[in-house]
Amino acid sequence: MSPFWIDLIIILIKVIVVMGALLGGVMMMAIVERRGAGFLQERLGPNRVGPWGFFQPIADGIKLFFKEEFIPAQAHKLLYLAAPAFFVFIAFATFAVIPFGDKLELFGRTIQLQIADVNIGILYIFAFASLGVYGIVIAGWASNNKFSLMGGLRSAAQMISYEVALGLSIIGILMVVHSLRLNDIIVAQTHYWGYLPRWNIFVQPLGFLIFLIATFAEVNRIPFDLCEAEQELVVGYQVEYGSMKFVMYYMGEYVNLVTFSALIVVLFFGGWHIPWIEGLAIHPLLLALLQVGAFVVKVFAFLWFFVWVRWTFPRFRYDQLMRFGWLVLLPLAIFNIFATGVVMVLIP
Amino acid sequence: MKHEVKEIPTERMVLNFGPSHPATHGVFRNILELDGERILDVEVEIGFLHSGFEKLGEHRTYNQFITIADRMNYLSPLNNDIGYVLAVEKLLGIEVPPRCQYIRAIMCELNRIADHLVSIGMHAVDVGAFTVFLYAFKQREIIYDLLEFVTGSRMNNSYPRVGGLMSDAPEGFEDKVKDFADHFLPTVDDIERLLTRNRIWVDRNKGIGAISAEEAISWGLTGPCLRAAGVEWDIRKTEPYSSYDHFDFEIPVGVRGDSYDRYLVRMEEMRQSNRIIQQAIANLPGGEVNVDDPKIILPPKERVYHSIEGLIHHFKLIMEEHGFQTPRGEIYSATEVPNGELGFFIISDGTNKPYRIHVRAPSFINYSVFPQLIKGHMISDVVAVISSLNIIAGELDR
Repeated sequence: MSPFWIDLIIILIKVIVVMGALLGGVMMMAIVERRGAGFLQERLGPNRVGPWGFFQPIADGIKLFFKEEFIPAQAHKLLYLAAPAFFVFIAFATFAVIPFGDKLELFGRTIQLQIADVNIGILYIFAFASLGVYGIVIAGWASNNKFSLMGGLRSAAQMISYEVALGLSIIGILMVVHSLRLNDIIVAQTHYWGYLPRWNIFVQPLGFLIFLIATFAEVNRIPFDLCEAEQELVVGYQVEYGSMKFVMYYMGEYVNLVTFSALIVVLFFGGWHIPWIEGLAIHPLLLALLQVGAFVVKVFAFLWFFVWVRWTFPRFRYDQLMRFGWLVLLPLAIFNIFATGVVMVLIP
Repeated sequence: MKHEVKEIPTERMVLNFGPSHPATHGVFRNILELDGERILDVEVEIGFLHSGFEKLGEHRTYNQFITIADRMNYLSPLNNDIGYVLAVEKLLGIEVPPRCQYIRAIMCELNRIADHLVSIGMHAVDVGAFTVFLYAFKQREIIYDLLEFVTGSRMNNSYPRVGGLMSDAPEGFEDKVKDFADHFLPTVDDIERLLTRNRIWVDRNKGIGAISAEEAISWGLTGPCLRAAGVEWDIRKTEPYSSYDHFDFEIPVGVRGDSYDRYLVRMEEMRQSNRIIQQAIANLPGGEVNVDDPKIILPPKERVYHSIEGLIHHFKLIMEEHGFQTPRGEIYSATEVPNGELGFFIISDGTNKPYRIHVRAPSFINYSVFPQLIKGHMISDVVAVISSLNIIAGELDR
């Protein structure tokens, strides 16, 4: 077989594995979120289907699959149906550039544990994440429902405001690393300051804080879940969506959550890097697998953090959200860039 | 080059907020006129849950109306019941024994705590803090178990009777209430830690739906809504009933009269209610719970079976078109229920049924001020204001 075909097969395998892992992650999150809510709220949560309620997402999926396919009479049919598909497609596509492990040496070939190792990885992620909002805005408009429309409008304003802060907050890292390639960012974090791993959380603490907060807005989670806001907008843009169309939004949101948790880990927590492991003599193959494991553990730690925050905080109001985004996060992000620049000049 | 600024035409949007909307917690309709997210005008529409409770009273004997009184505000049925029987007792000119008064006060305060827990829980869940709601409901569950233990039912207890109670508190009542009162406050502290100084919660509620003391009085607001505006008015203090003058408690008042102060007042009232319960249970008097008047209170079964007087009294009270008769006249009696002043206005024509019953429902009067409170605020504030006013649709429409 020519190397081209082998490469193609390897990429296909990676795509299938990552898709499977993401779908598995969505399922896991569906149950972790609800059991986590139960844990935080002194109640049980779903525990009937399978051990610890583990198969509850499957039961839910089957139920939703058999629900009636309902389209509101006055909806714009094409856009109404296209919006959830678009949303879920964008959510999955964003993950393509996330490296989930180091290079794997197998049968004399070097396999990069990442679907697409593009040199503009970060730009790709931001470009695709911004597209995701179209799925919401179109849904809000096409449903022909006032609550949906309000949700869509809120979402559009929120995404624009917070993506600015989100983008600016990582400029500091890019200045230090001199690369937009996500793998380069991780490799730069494998060094040490004495015993402390040189993770970007220690290099860019302010940038991390801004990025984390803006992430909540980006993935529509409490305290920034304004476009859903079940108590005031009755879940906003999703109001008219049922059965599998609802599942697509549900899935898309959790995939976004996984993607952004992974992005936080890659940008600020050393990605697949396991600190202090270099000194140990571990078989390279085992090491690569351990690193994938470390990456998954880190991502799940952040997923749990998102769950924890969701069940702790109230929700912002629309104007407060905008004020916070433009008047607090944005100036802080710009200050962070400035401070990073000053430090880089002073300490070459 | 001349730039022309093009005026973009905008339209006002009319949004139907209710009758079936998750934040109305019942059925009432707010027709919001919006400019973007800002509310320009509100029209409220009520009556979706009209059940004719007042009219039903004209066809029931005095004791039968108790089952209807507790269905008005289904979050604090015992407060409603006790408010009603106090009105009838005032009409009859009787006073129940001290033990009964103390038990009634304890039940009122337990129910007040349960009501405030739901109110604060719903307020929190409307602003997005779901966990607070479940923390509150866990304690409410304990209270409801306690109410079930005493009255036999969890909701719509129908426990008091004119001239006394359905039955004396069962064995173990004091220990159970004491146990609850001793272990309740940590939950209030938990809620306080989650909300009171939470910046998002403060921003969402401070200055939202504010009303001045003068306006609150002229609109006829009562209860936490009035006290949040800074007016120290509580019927338990000003016109004590059911031995409330025996207990040492404070009336919490707010300053700004906004959603945040209403929340703070309710939180503090739960602590004060807990104090009342502890004092009442420590000094619970012994003796009878019912007035010694066989014309009003059913005689014990031994008397019914073994004496002709007992049998006749039983017969007169139970059979249709019997029951006790009240003197001709009008009476207004008000009590402090969790939502405010609940008044019963009863016109008696001297028969065994009221000629007319009118209820001064705090939800109805508190809701009347809602359009004024919300004008100029945003959609998200609607939910915060509605739930901090604690509108109960059953009481609103009666």
